[in-house]
Amino acid sequence: MKTKYMNPYLAGVLLGLVLLSAFYFSGRGLGASGAVKSVVVTTVDAVAPEHAGGSGFYSKYLKDGKNPLNSWLVYEILGVLVGGFLSGAVAGRLKFKIEHSPKITSKKRLILAGMGGILFGFGSQLGRGCTSGSALTGMAVLSLAGFVTMMAIFGTAFALAYFFRKNWI
Amino acid sequence: MGPLIPQEIIGEGWNFFIAFAVGIGFGFVLEQAGFSSSRKLAGVFYGYDAVVLKVFFTAAVTGMLGLLYFSLFDWIDLNLVWVNPTFLWSAIVGGVIMGAGFIIGGFCPGTSVCAAAIGKIDAMVFVGGIFIGIFAFAEMFPILKKFYMSNYLGQVKLSEVLGISQGALAFFVILAAIGMFWVAEIAEKKFPKEEY
Repeated sequence: MKTKYMNPYLAGVLLGLVLLSAFYFSGRGLGASGAVKSVVVTTVDAVAPEHAGGSGFYSKYLKDGKNPLNSWLVYEILGVLVGGFLSGAVAGRLKFKIEHSPKITSKKRLILAGMGGILFGFGSQLGRGCTSGSALTGMAVLSLAGFVTMMAIFGTAFALAYFFRKNWI
Repeated sequence: MGPLIPQEIIGEGWNFFIAFAVGIGFGFVLEQAGFSSSRKLAGVFYGYDAVVLKVFFTAAVTGMLGLLYFSLFDWIDLNLVWVNPTFLWSAIVGGVIMGAGFIIGGFCPGTSVCAAAIGKIDAMVFVGGIFIGIFAFAEMFPILKKFYMSNYLGQVKLSEVLGISQGALAFFVILAAIGMFWVAEIAEKKFPKEEY
């Protein structure tokens, strides 16, 4: 038997309180893409240290022998994995599964997921943060960038929804 | 009072522990809300499930009001809370690329990590995609740098741009959120709801 999901408004208030506690304790909001960035920087530094040291991008995070994995967002994302797993365990939703519309194959879904991830990863660096770091956190602190990024993300997804409808409905 | 760590009321050594605890709350709530399902997330763009809109805007309003009230009661010094800097063009174009990634891939970075945690293989592939996308950006950084740094407006707040108080902006954001919730409830009645 599947447990139903939480009321979305209640979940929103709880998520807002999680965000508020991040502000209250650490003076910063939530994030996600920044943690993956730390993994990218660490990987490149391990494989090609000279390339990483000489690049204007990687070297920012490697100054003075700093370990980019020792960052707030990396620990936060490890928590997300644990929290998501715990919730899935409580609700009986732990299962290896490729979720997709019956109109497309699993293979097509995985290709689209990979492409979407590439775009989101690239866009998150250009936009200085993703839905959680820039849009949600940015809006809560009333930052102009937060509102702009939020409207660009949701506006574009709505505008393109028609063209990708067969993948979802 | 707050924020506690930047003011050294709690030692810096606790910061990563707090990050981990905050992350557990973040992941737990995302999964409970159903953000571990890409078809549920994509529902907002077709009207059959507006959970993304409801959770996202309720959370943003809660965080926003919480900060304003905490500041009013002197529980938090807003000058010590990080405000994302605005580089207008990269914020817009980055957001457009992310929006395309959202409708194609069905997740955003936070939700994909949460969905991967309960075993969604498409989410694990999405996370791999994020890795590749960030790597591509990093390698292209020398040619993108000029655009990335263009049109810098500072760590500016929307209320300052509009020339209104933070409280007035918050009030309008709440009105907008209520309007969107109303539309979302109508849309969900109109389009057949499916549970994933």
